[in-house]
Amino acid sequence: MANLKPIMMLLLGAMLIRATPAYADQELIVSAAASLTNALKEVAGQFEKTHPGTKIVCNFAASGSLLQQIAQGAPVDVFASADQKTMNQAQEKGLILPASRKNFVSNILVLIAPGKSSLPLAGLGDLALPEVKRVALGNPETVPVGRYTQEALTKAGLWETLKPKFIYGESVRQVLDYVSRGEVDAGFVFATDAAIAREKVRTIFEVEGHRPILYPVALVAASQKKALAQGFLDFLSAPESAAILSKYGFGKP
Amino acid sequence: MWTDIMNFPMGLTPLWLTLKVAGVATLVTFVVGVNLAFLVARSKFWGREGLDALCTLPLVLPPTVLGYYLIVLIGRQGWLGRWLQETWGISLIFTWQGAALAAAVVSLPLIFKSARAAFEEVDHSLEDTARTLGLSEAAIFFRVSLPLAWRGILAGAMMAFARAMGEFGATLMVAGNLPGKTQTLSLAVYDAVQAGNDAQATILVVLISTVCLVILVVSGKVLKAGYM
Repeated sequence: MANLKPIMMLLLGAMLIRATPAYADQELIVSAAASLTNALKEVAGQFEKTHPGTKIVCNFAASGSLLQQIAQGAPVDVFASADQKTMNQAQEKGLILPASRKNFVSNILVLIAPGKSSLPLAGLGDLALPEVKRVALGNPETVPVGRYTQEALTKAGLWETLKPKFIYGESVRQVLDYVSRGEVDAGFVFATDAAIAREKVRTIFEVEGHRPILYPVALVAASQKKALAQGFLDFLSAPESAAILSKYGFGKP
Repeated sequence: MWTDIMNFPMGLTPLWLTLKVAGVATLVTFVVGVNLAFLVARSKFWGREGLDALCTLPLVLPPTVLGYYLIVLIGRQGWLGRWLQETWGISLIFTWQGAALAAAVVSLPLIFKSARAAFEEVDHSLEDTARTLGLSEAAIFFRVSLPLAWRGILAGAMMAFARAMGEFGATLMVAGNLPGKTQTLSLAVYDAVQAGNDAQATILVVLISTVCLVILVVSGKVLKAGYM
């Protein structure tokens, strides 16, 4: 037992060091749609570089889930959703500052299949083929990409027909994961998500028949760091951010 | 609110599914867990403690880790999953059977641990006496060891059932969250809260609490009343 003591001391020391991180002047919490994961992390890194002493904490999930977190008092400073509906709900509940709201990127809805798949999918109607057993989409209750999918499939008159094949993902990234693992035969994601998993999934075609996909961003009304948060919002439209966002395939609003 | 509560099917589908999943899971863990526990408690073999640790592992591992193992194992690309698919045309991912498997893995340690302890408490000399009287090993198990260890095993089974009912993490990863197909009560609660549907969440929460309470009371009575 006695020879454990140095190890315990070491562990204790390590914990103390971890408990006192390099002092960051300001910490900004950004809740953003799951589809923004890779791009926004890079933008945040760039922002931290140009604003020394600032730390951006990114919180990625389905827009609907993020809205509930903010409604329940999560200490968020900036909110970016993948659709207007979620942001409208936030605005109706007085959770964001309407004046700060703006659209900062656009996206495209695509149908993807596992890389190895050889299913003959040329149009949405082909999803009704018996070979297609499972189709993944975002849960329309909380996931914007699911809402766009529902809109497009309803317009094509396929929503009810395809329903038995649906596998609902809790975020766009879960849909992407299901397709890249080959657990489903096809799935609906944003073009930017398909681009991230280029080696594992095949983009079959762009899906139309839904409202334009515009991502709004706004300051959270309860934020204690509005000046810094506004700085981040402005940075999102700056040329260096625009370059990063377009590198990941996001379009201009 | 009251009209919502009267709207039975909404809460009943997940409830029925939960009972089905937990019931099948408990049945599987009961057979597997009791046999493994008897093996570990009564035989000496190389790797015995290793087997014990392996059966206890799901108790300490995060359900997400178990979920990942299961996806790798029984997913369409997994080595067991591919074999199942090609040989039998069976796919467990996104099915209630998959959810039952996840729940079974997660609840196995509860029944295994109590059964092992129960078997170890059985007086060796009773089993030995039966042996001298010429009973076969199988007969000793069913007529001596099992009846004497019964209460501990039953208590473990109750705990396993309760744990299986509340399974969330591994189930979500393996079976998804499909209303009417794999959406158990715990997943339905998560869904309702995520969507900001507090009224529905309240109904489901009350429902699951009531069912669990009833199970606890009934199991307590059964365990006390029966010298089974």
